[in-house]
Amino acid sequence: MSVSAAPPPRATRASRGSFFERLSQSRNGLGLLFMLPAAVFLLCFLTYPLGLGAWLGFTDTMIGRPGVFIGLENYEYLFRDRVFWLSVFNTLFYTAIASILKFALGLWLAIILNENLPFKTFFRAVILLPWVVPTVLSALAFWWIYDSQFSIISWVLMQAGLISAPINFLGDPWNARLSVIAANVWRGIPFVAISLLAGLQTIPASLHEAAALDGATSWQRFRRITLPLLTPIIAVVMTFSVLFTFTDFQLIYVLTKGGPVNATHLMATLSFQRGIPGGALGEGAAIAVAMVPFLLAAILFSFFGLQRRKWQQGGSD
Amino acid sequence: MASVDFVDVRKSFGAHAVIKGVNVHIDDGEFVILVGPSGCGKSTLLRMLAGLEHISGGEIRIGERAVNDVPPKDRDIAMVFQNYALYPHMSVADNMAFSLTLKGASKSEIETKVKPAAEILGLSHLLDRYPRQLSGGQRQRVAMGRAIVRDPQVFLFDEPLSNLDAKLRVSMRTEIKNLHQRLTTTTVYVTHDQIEAMTMADKIVVMQDGRIEQIGAPLELYDRPNNLFVAGFIGSPAMNMLHGRLDPADGQRFVTGDGIVLPLAPGHRGTPGTDLVYGARPEAIHLGGPIPMEVIVIEPTGFESQVLGRIGASNVTCVFRERLSVKPGERIDVSIDPAAVHLFDAGTGVRL
Repeated sequence: MSVSAAPPPRATRASRGSFFERLSQSRNGLGLLFMLPAAVFLLCFLTYPLGLGAWLGFTDTMIGRPGVFIGLENYEYLFRDRVFWLSVFNTLFYTAIASILKFALGLWLAIILNENLPFKTFFRAVILLPWVVPTVLSALAFWWIYDSQFSIISWVLMQAGLISAPINFLGDPWNARLSVIAANVWRGIPFVAISLLAGLQTIPASLHEAAALDGATSWQRFRRITLPLLTPIIAVVMTFSVLFTFTDFQLIYVLTKGGPVNATHLMATLSFQRGIPGGALGEGAAIAVAMVPFLLAAILFSFFGLQRRKWQQGGSD
Repeated sequence: MASVDFVDVRKSFGAHAVIKGVNVHIDDGEFVILVGPSGCGKSTLLRMLAGLEHISGGEIRIGERAVNDVPPKDRDIAMVFQNYALYPHMSVADNMAFSLTLKGASKSEIETKVKPAAEILGLSHLLDRYPRQLSGGQRQRVAMGRAIVRDPQVFLFDEPLSNLDAKLRVSMRTEIKNLHQRLTTTTVYVTHDQIEAMTMADKIVVMQDGRIEQIGAPLELYDRPNNLFVAGFIGSPAMNMLHGRLDPADGQRFVTGDGIVLPLAPGHRGTPGTDLVYGARPEAIHLGGPIPMEVIVIEPTGFESQVLGRIGASNVTCVFRERLSVKPGERIDVSIDPAAVHLFDAGTGVRL
């Protein structure tokens, strides 16, 4: 649509009036005007904190003491800090394992929910529960489940005679890592499952029928029809899932606070630990900024994964 | 290739019966069209033959084999869907070769089967394209190509032309018929369009409400419809139906409810005193004669003129070969060829 048609001649108008007149006729002017509120919001609440964080990373600011610019000193320190590298390892391990599990279990759940099973809508609603419960609440529930004395898992296993003493879920480094991953997976599955279910429902039933008539077994239908047609949605869902997992904070903070001996410290929790309780705002900010390259890599990966496939291009419908 | 038999086939969704005992025999190599209004169960019947719907009762046989419990992939049939159901992420060549790929056929084997099929359908230059890049007619051809490559026992078509525009529909009609004459594979084709049925079928199965109304060759259905439903469904424009009784005086003429007298052939089977329906196809009405008709609408097509008029209080459609120069509202005189008239029992709808 073109809005550049010459306005009707209004020689007697005041110049002020004609400015608004021109603005209301200008596509670009109006576009900018309408974007202004969102832009202001983003500048105040996103760009400013991000910029401040990046700046703090180059200073030695402590709580209660404005710092001075110290260049890359924080980063040089972190480079030699074994706890920092441990947290990097933890974060990557946590993200990788949790994302793979969430994807596999989420896809499995989505496929089950896409079948004609009784009470389908009920199950679809129930599946969302872990996602809608506030994280802190579900983390507290897991805290009890993983309790060193009152854990229900330990209790059940002991009643069954499979173990003789309660499992030390959150006290042993590897147990703790796996426990928090399990909690994260439990919480993250609904998002993956529901999104993939939505994707599955966009695949026309006639494609499966055609494939069945073409002689495909159910595994071949999944492998050659469902999975390729689902890839664009998988790419979006898993990007978000990876970003959520990588930046996870609440679950870890409630369950382990990064312990035992930093075994479950993620970069996000370490950043908070050093910056707020530890008071070293500059150093905490530097850790947070160090997450950026990883997140950018994840986004770029999905960007190329998300690029429209050749089969999605062209054509009119 | 194989014959197909439906033996007292039934289907119900819960308590709701949609197929109520269907018996059809389809000869090897025959082109059979299931036709009927929407909701009559024709597509369900086709999907039962394909194995996409469970069979609630009766038996379906392909050749000598009962296929009730045979999964679709083992029935050796190919189906063309209404929305074509092309795999969007595969090229035309891969779409056509999909069944062969699943079987683990070699590259050269795939090529020797896909290439001739593509040639038959004029798809050779499109083999590298994706479905999105094709027009409706081309997609339709790819769907048919995918079926041809299979070289199945039976071809199934589920309203394959309903997504195409009118012109393309006519040319694809010819193409499908031509293809069948070439391949002579048993074909079952579903449509709600009686013109498609008339022009393409060896045998038409007219269905209504889960039952078969009549089975026969196209012209047989046209000339000798079993009942009012078939008479009204087959033929375009539809047969004119006038309600009335035999002339009580001599029983050799028909008198409509509003007193118009219409001719009957001697030896008709109407019984005096019962309510009857007088059926006359539009082309059985000719210009000139004893019956006055008021013209309501004239639709000249060049080759012929279709006239909607009123005889007494009943609307009547006529097709005249002559070019007319009358205006709406004028009166013309027409006659009806008594030999081409059908009489139906108004109560049962059966042709007498």
